[in-house]
Amino acid sequence: MTLATPTTQAPQLPQLHLPRNPGMDLDLDWVARVQANTSAIERRAATLPGRRSVKKDHQAAWLCRAISLIDLTTLSGDDTPGRVRRLCAKARQPVAPGILSALGMTGLTVGAVCVYHDMVETAVEALQGSGIPVAAVSTGFPAGLSPLALRIAEIGQSVAAGAAEIDIVISRRHVLTGNWQALYDEMREMRAACGAAHVKAILATGELGTLRNVAKASLVCMMGGADFIKTSTGKETVNATLPVSLTMIRAIRAYHDRTGYRIGYKPAGGISKAKDALVYLALMKDELGDRWLQPDLFRFGASSLLGDIERQLDHHLTGAYSAGWRHAMA
Amino acid sequence: MTVKEIFGTLDYGPAPESPAPALDWIAGHGGIFGQFIGGVWTAPEDCFTSHNPATGAPLAQVSQGGPHEIEAAVRAARKAQPGWAALGGHGRARVLYAIARALQKHARLFAVLESLDNGKPIREARDIDIPLAQRHFYYHAGMAQLMEAELPGREALGVCGQIVPWNFPLLMLAWKIAPALAMGNTAVLKPAEYTPLTALLFADVCREAGVPPGVVNIVTGDGRTGEALVNAPVDKIAFTGSTAVGRRIREVTAGSGKALTLELGGKSPYIVFDDADLDSAIEGLVDAIWFNQGQVCCAGSRLIVQEGIADGFHARLRVRMDGLRVGDPLDKCIDIGAIVDRTQLERITRMVEAETAGERHVAAVTLPDLGCFYPPTLITGLSTASPLMQEEIFGPVLVSTTFRTPAEAVEIANNTRYGLAATLWTENINLALDIAPKLAAGVVWVNATNLFDAAAGFGGVRESGFGREGGWEGLAAYTRAKGAAKALKPVVAFGGDGAPVDTVDRTAKLYIGGKQARPDGGLSRAVHGPKGALLGQVSLANRKDVRNAVEAAQGAKGWGRTTAHARAQILYYIAENLAARAGELAARIDALTGRGGKAEVEASIRRLFTYAAWADKFDGQVRSVPIRGVALAMREPVGVIAALCPDEAPLLGLVSLMAPAIAMGNRVVLVASDPFPLAATDFIQVLETSDVPGGVVNILTGAHGELAPVLAAHADVDALWCFSGQDLSGVVERASAGNLKRTWVNNGRTTDWTGAEGRAFLEAATEVKTVWIPYGE
Repeated sequence: MTLATPTTQAPQLPQLHLPRNPGMDLDLDWVARVQANTSAIERRAATLPGRRSVKKDHQAAWLCRAISLIDLTTLSGDDTPGRVRRLCAKARQPVAPGILSALGMTGLTVGAVCVYHDMVETAVEALQGSGIPVAAVSTGFPAGLSPLALRIAEIGQSVAAGAAEIDIVISRRHVLTGNWQALYDEMREMRAACGAAHVKAILATGELGTLRNVAKASLVCMMGGADFIKTSTGKETVNATLPVSLTMIRAIRAYHDRTGYRIGYKPAGGISKAKDALVYLALMKDELGDRWLQPDLFRFGASSLLGDIERQLDHHLTGAYSAGWRHAMA
Repeated sequence: MTVKEIFGTLDYGPAPESPAPALDWIAGHGGIFGQFIGGVWTAPEDCFTSHNPATGAPLAQVSQGGPHEIEAAVRAARKAQPGWAALGGHGRARVLYAIARALQKHARLFAVLESLDNGKPIREARDIDIPLAQRHFYYHAGMAQLMEAELPGREALGVCGQIVPWNFPLLMLAWKIAPALAMGNTAVLKPAEYTPLTALLFADVCREAGVPPGVVNIVTGDGRTGEALVNAPVDKIAFTGSTAVGRRIREVTAGSGKALTLELGGKSPYIVFDDADLDSAIEGLVDAIWFNQGQVCCAGSRLIVQEGIADGFHARLRVRMDGLRVGDPLDKCIDIGAIVDRTQLERITRMVEAETAGERHVAAVTLPDLGCFYPPTLITGLSTASPLMQEEIFGPVLVSTTFRTPAEAVEIANNTRYGLAATLWTENINLALDIAPKLAAGVVWVNATNLFDAAAGFGGVRESGFGREGGWEGLAAYTRAKGAAKALKPVVAFGGDGAPVDTVDRTAKLYIGGKQARPDGGLSRAVHGPKGALLGQVSLANRKDVRNAVEAAQGAKGWGRTTAHARAQILYYIAENLAARAGELAARIDALTGRGGKAEVEASIRRLFTYAAWADKFDGQVRSVPIRGVALAMREPVGVIAALCPDEAPLLGLVSLMAPAIAMGNRVVLVASDPFPLAATDFIQVLETSDVPGGVVNILTGAHGELAPVLAAHADVDALWCFSGQDLSGVVERASAGNLKRTWVNNGRTTDWTGAEGRAFLEAATEVKTVWIPYGE
């Protein structure tokens, strides 16, 4: 197994490491059998932070790993090229060089930069030579209710603009009405439109009503060829949570057991503290194993997380709590 | 390792909790402890060492208490008790509240000390043991506050001797001391020899919380200290520990009048149906059998999986097991700590090595070089006949078998001498609510496991012991009815040589399985009236008749499944038919006893009405536990209840025991009044005309002294009530130790049968089963 190290200059894309998920025929029997016991899942999620703890150098190393897994994101109506260039600069140098050097982690970058379609070209240009891929949210993000033809066309345009990863949103109505065939067909079509670009399927779990629906939608999207499944757009009232994450990564495990393909996981929205990031890493490590702790299989969709991690790393080195203004803003 | 290297491997690394607060506290006591008696520490004497099982390092010197220390402690408790009770509910509530607060203030110290002394992971001590112990004191502060209003007519037992095990040292202390103190008792508690330290810290806390001297006494020591406590002049013994020791305690306290509750071993089933959320069920097993190193009396240690999913389930379980982390209990990043003592480690090793059947998976974990550690182990493919399927291992070892149908799952689950807890996983509410009541267990968890709370009763059936801890039902173990009963005066049968009173000969038979039966031994005895008239001959039942009656009762299981309304109808019908024969029965009682027949028959009819009324009103409850879900406290019939009926009220006494028992769905084997049996044999005809299904009521006549030990020793009799005019309490309690059946005896005291009815009888006729049902979609 090759580990992605911070000095890797090649794009950190899944196809560099593992065979890509081709998808499979829709297996409705499997979908129907899916169970997700909410109370039990919540209990596991609630006790996990108390079961795992990383301290001192280990914590610093884990936090660096978390940085390498961040899809540094700006998805606002007021994004401008200037704003996106600033974000990209932070992506290249996520932590002050002095801190990285003291940690022996010079060259560490984030996993990707995630923007709207119109910002893709700016981001690609700003990240030139860094090896950091650009991800574009697509398909009528965040609601996914624009005409299907336009949503498909949007994928093509983002890929043409240089996006290496496409974060699509699924049609929540297909899940809520139990129309798994429609969800599957949509996923298939979007996957095809992505071509070589990797596709992350955003389930918008906060709008799916139940964990059972989350589990079923996860499976159907993987059957439809998703490379990653992702919790949220960040625009729903409830975004990534540990119970949702547990449900989705258990689906990933089941898919891997059945097909041998590893699907990536991206929790997004609401993960803003270094401590939360450690819990997510422990969750992935314990439930799926170490292989899922690399950027080709795990990403955080986050904007403010990086700042908190940087402060914690500073604290690790100095022993004194840091302040946000002492670190470069994204 | 450098940060960059760790960045590559992403190992967990050590996350140690500091032992300093606990070591400082021990050092503050000079590293050596005496006994805590009457609010002061005695000088240390005859010390033994308490070790850290994770390292073998000595922690402290603790005194071995002997009969002398126990006597002093019981004396201190006796002296303190009247004042403690007189403090009143509110006064005691204040003290219990202060204890709860103090436990919270010192939460870290307690957690670290517990982990050091016991070997349990700091996470469990911190997140489970100590918070639950606090909760128990808060809850019972409330019970003290409410006692006068809600439990009128109840009073403290007096001095309680309490013996707790080493697996949850502080939590079990809380379970014992909180309800005892709330109800106005004082306590002498003996912590386990391996794990005495948190009890000693608790003694410090008692002083800090203003517990009056003598109300709580802690005496440390080994089994000999426990034995001295059991034999001391206390009013109650509460014991949590092994079934073997529990049985011994039952034997030695028999006939002493000491109240007894036992919370013993288990081999709790963990049933997984094919429609369960299997990932969650696997995670549940981590909490079931790898919680506290599997050293849990209610550990889900017998996995019973539906056959069609078993292979896949086991495969996933093995993967999960390999992810468990075993190590230093004070590391905040481990799942499994140390086995409490080398003796236990050797016992587990020996038991597992002796099993040759099945397929074994030992988790791929690294064990620390030092200390007592055992790897998580799964043995699949065992059958019910395998010793490991039947015997409690008390370690991190899970055994597994399969089932085909829900009925078979229940059958396998109940194929055990134990009956403490059970877990079942299914997403089908029909299945869950059908299976839960059928499991022989005091606690059932649906889609969860090892949930505990002070508001929910905990305790077992069968050889897992009797009595409940927690909830309202837990208070029964620490109170008694106010007022003193008079000593029993034996009633002697009349003799004589008078002529037979019947002009046509009548044969009084036994009543077994709905039929009148001649006694197996072919023996009868003459029954005379007070003036010597020969009233008739009565059958003398022997052990074979007992066997037949119990078989008939066991065969009438359907009675427990009839509706409460239907049972009420039968009781009313018995009353109706008794009323129709009131004159005849009254005359019979007059002839037998010489007085009061009319009043006794009237009272009997009234009593039947009482329990017909209660049949559909002695409800269970929904308990306020801190989960999103319900904890149902269901009242279930005990099963087959045998009763030695009072001698002095030949009809009313029998009806007073029969009616509550059958109203609650039990089947009964009644032994009629020894001197005046013919009222009962006449009553058989009432039963025969009242649609009572065969086997629900069985009536034997004969010598109480001869039948009592046979009934007490019969393993298929679930409870034995003894209200005989002869003092058979000791005989009954001693002989009942074999299968640890529930006994209810008169302790040689009289009962006024004219008023003896209501809750006490209904409670004896039921077991509270707590069914935890978390919900949420």
